[in-house]
Amino acid sequence: MKILVCISNVPDTTTRIRFTDDNKLFDSTGVQWIINPWDELALTRALELKESTNGTIEKISVINVGPKETEPTLRKALAIGADEAIRINALPEDTYFIAAQLAEAVRKNNYDIILCGIESSDYNGSAVGGMLSEFLDFPSISSVSALNIEGNNIEIKREIDGGYEIMTTSLPFIAIVQKGIAIEPRIPSMRGIMMARKKPFAVFEPIEAESLTEHVSYELPKPKAACKMIDPENIKELVDVLHNEAKII
Amino acid sequence: MSVLVYTENWDGKFKKLTFELISYANEIAKKLETNVIALSIGNVNEGELIKLGNYGAERIISVQDERLIKVDNQAYCSVITQVAEKENPEIIVFSNNFSGKAIAPRVSVKLKAGLGSGVIALPSNYEPFTVRKKVFSGNAFSNIVINTPVKILSLAQNSFEIIETENKGSIENFNAELKDVDIKTEAKDIQKITGKIILTDAEIVVSGGRGMKGPENWGPIEELAELLGAATACSRPVSDEGWRPHHEHTGQTGKIIAPNLYIACGISGAIQHLAGVSSSKYIVAINKDNEAPIFEAADYGIIGDVHKVLPEFISALKEFKSED
Amino acid sequence: MNFEFTEEQKMIQQAAKDYAQRELIKDAIERDEKAEFPAKHIKNLAGLGFLGMMTDPKYGGGGMDAISYVLAIEELSKVDSSVSVVVSVCNSLVNWGIEIYGTEEQKEKYLKPLARGEKIGAFLLSEPEAGSDASSQRTMAEDKGDYYLLNGTKNWISNANSASTYVVIAQTYPEKKYRGINAFIVEKDSPGISLGKHEDKMGMRSSDTHSVMFTDVKVPKENRIGEDGFGFKYAMKVLDGGRIGIAAQALGIASGAFDLALKYSKERKAFGTEICNHQAIAFKLSDMAVKIEAARFFCLKAAWLKDNNMPYGIASAMAKQYSADIAMEVTTEAVQIHGGYGYVKEYHVERLMRDAKLTQIYEGTSEIQKIVISRSLLKD
Repeated sequence: MKILVCISNVPDTTTRIRFTDDNKLFDSTGVQWIINPWDELALTRALELKESTNGTIEKISVINVGPKETEPTLRKALAIGADEAIRINALPEDTYFIAAQLAEAVRKNNYDIILCGIESSDYNGSAVGGMLSEFLDFPSISSVSALNIEGNNIEIKREIDGGYEIMTTSLPFIAIVQKGIAIEPRIPSMRGIMMARKKPFAVFEPIEAESLTEHVSYELPKPKAACKMIDPENIKELVDVLHNEAKII
Repeated sequence: MSVLVYTENWDGKFKKLTFELISYANEIAKKLETNVIALSIGNVNEGELIKLGNYGAERIISVQDERLIKVDNQAYCSVITQVAEKENPEIIVFSNNFSGKAIAPRVSVKLKAGLGSGVIALPSNYEPFTVRKKVFSGNAFSNIVINTPVKILSLAQNSFEIIETENKGSIENFNAELKDVDIKTEAKDIQKITGKIILTDAEIVVSGGRGMKGPENWGPIEELAELLGAATACSRPVSDEGWRPHHEHTGQTGKIIAPNLYIACGISGAIQHLAGVSSSKYIVAINKDNEAPIFEAADYGIIGDVHKVLPEFISALKEFKSED
Repeated sequence: MNFEFTEEQKMIQQAAKDYAQRELIKDAIERDEKAEFPAKHIKNLAGLGFLGMMTDPKYGGGGMDAISYVLAIEELSKVDSSVSVVVSVCNSLVNWGIEIYGTEEQKEKYLKPLARGEKIGAFLLSEPEAGSDASSQRTMAEDKGDYYLLNGTKNWISNANSASTYVVIAQTYPEKKYRGINAFIVEKDSPGISLGKHEDKMGMRSSDTHSVMFTDVKVPKENRIGEDGFGFKYAMKVLDGGRIGIAAQALGIASGAFDLALKYSKERKAFGTEICNHQAIAFKLSDMAVKIEAARFFCLKAAWLKDNNMPYGIASAMAKQYSADIAMEVTTEAVQIHGGYGYVKEYHVERLMRDAKLTQIYEGTSEIQKIVISRSLLKD
């Protein structure tokens, strides 16, 4: 079996978010880039499966749509244990555009399972996996919190309201994974880091594709306001604000 | 040119979020001077379907098909697009919940309609069509323009209120073209979530401090937690005294958590405790000392006796939930 | 001059940091209190290749440079020096010497398992009567023809219990003084070796330190490293590299303590504001940051010299002396900034202060480093 993990290049989660150009662009000065945490967990799970199923999984590939600057992130994926990396040389315009590029790369190869993180920590689109599935006309299962392979049996656990469903499907399929798919992301070993530069790394030019949406401006949240005091004689107000203002309940 | 809303059902029933979604769609429909069409897939009876009318759905299209009782993303996408191709909506609305996240992107590709996912409000502009969402994991907002004639929106949960209308909806059936082979996934088993919520995973946490006065007073905290589907936590002196187990201790030398809501009951708010909870999205503090430092960190505060406030909060909550 | 790290160096630094911040931190305080060897962590780090990170890949090592080594040791030491000392001893004191001066047979038999992390090594030089004065070896290795007979006691040996491969420095020709000293690879389970009790130390308590007694231990001739009488020079050369590791360790202790103090000072309020807004504290933080930055440059320069095959003995002595001394200063201030909370075991910072002290003492005291440096200055 061949597995493809779609990797997004995102700012390190401790980055202080700032915008430039009159709030039209994300300010990437001094930003450390990392593998999108959900994609990293997806890759970790793929590696665990490769190790535990002794020969069933012959190759794990990682792919990213991005400019040359994303190559260190892809190499980190190789260091962690992926077998090959593919970069589609284009700026990741919007999710539709990205999915169109990924679909083209998938069509050129035969992958049995494609893994995508459910969202990326920068734009939180939650769309690439689903869009890619439709471009390819593959079945997709989303909110996947466990993926198990035993012999010929592939079991996918997805979260639903109030519980989980254990699913099966046919190959090829796309699993859109969330927290729980692996416990901790894998740390690359010295050997892995050493081998990363030697593993196959292909760069492809993008196909013609559109983007359907555009981020036109950004805003930072307002600074935290002072504590809003609620009259102890009127506790109902607390329920109201939690529902209407905070939108938590 | 209508506004089509995919209304998911759970065992044949709708939830509050469904009606919020219809209300949202209705406001957009009013702006566009058009109507709302609700689309339900699965076995939902007329008594339930008709409720959608109360929130503004003029037409309620129901696709009843045994094969579609369980959500198969590819098949649902196919059905929704068949209805969309027939009805030509300008806007298609989903909830940004489990199924919305799975299906909306597929529909976006099938119809080549731009997707604004996780939007938090009504469109701010219609020319160009602009919507707002949270980005950078909640650390900023973005305004997105959707450039296609048909737009798909998935609404972030808890973003919009229910607005009741005088409207009455009419129900119609739709026979989707669906071959058995079009459904490629199968649910073999279901596991319900049971048992206590893990503190570090919890979205809501109810916590108690020394102001609770003793372990025998923890009943209301546990009841509140159960009501909210929350985990319970405590401050360090409480776990030191043995009132609560060590794994509940949140703070600098205990667990560091970041739930959506942290309710601090009888906790003074020493910095060692705050270090463990300051990343919470919202903090509610209940303390009878108006100078307690917790109020500097909290978003909402009640100065009062926690033994009196908690039970009142619990009954106000129960009343609220019964309106669900 | 390029002050940027390469992609690989950054990856190695991140790997060490991830392991330290995710795993080591969980039980560091508990293990320190119980003086419990971090067996599980050493196994994990061995699996990731840290124990043989600098050894040539043809012997199963990672083939990484000394700069990567410094970065990795620093990250691990920010959390737990009892763990980083194992990485340092194995890489610098044990593996490096065998790789440079050992025979191919020795490398095949001993270096490979060490570099692959299958076995742990220990370096036995210090004696009850000979610490700084390393040439006054009392442990005897009598030449018996086809084997050496080892008798004596070594003390303060890190990894004494967990190691299976020892590199032992002992005297073969007392009349030749330091030219009569040899270095031997000794298997720990050889008959005649016994360990003293686990030392109850002030800091780095989770590290396994014992004295080791040799009673008529037979060491095969082929286990001698290098020419007959090369042992003292061997030990000095090995220690030159070891100093880089300990310097990096001290750097990590200092920067770990600094990070904690900085964070605390931004949260703790006194006299109406966060304490970092009081100049007394802000100036302390500034002094600490400057010292750490200087120490970091010392460590990286020494590593760079080694990587570029240039003499690094003096640079590493300066790095070790300076880093250890500022580690003591910085951790003391870090505790001070924490006030009462700095004095209790629940907060990591007091442990870092206790750990810092050892870096001024072992692998060449700060005073010995000054002898090395001053002798070099006054040479001509």
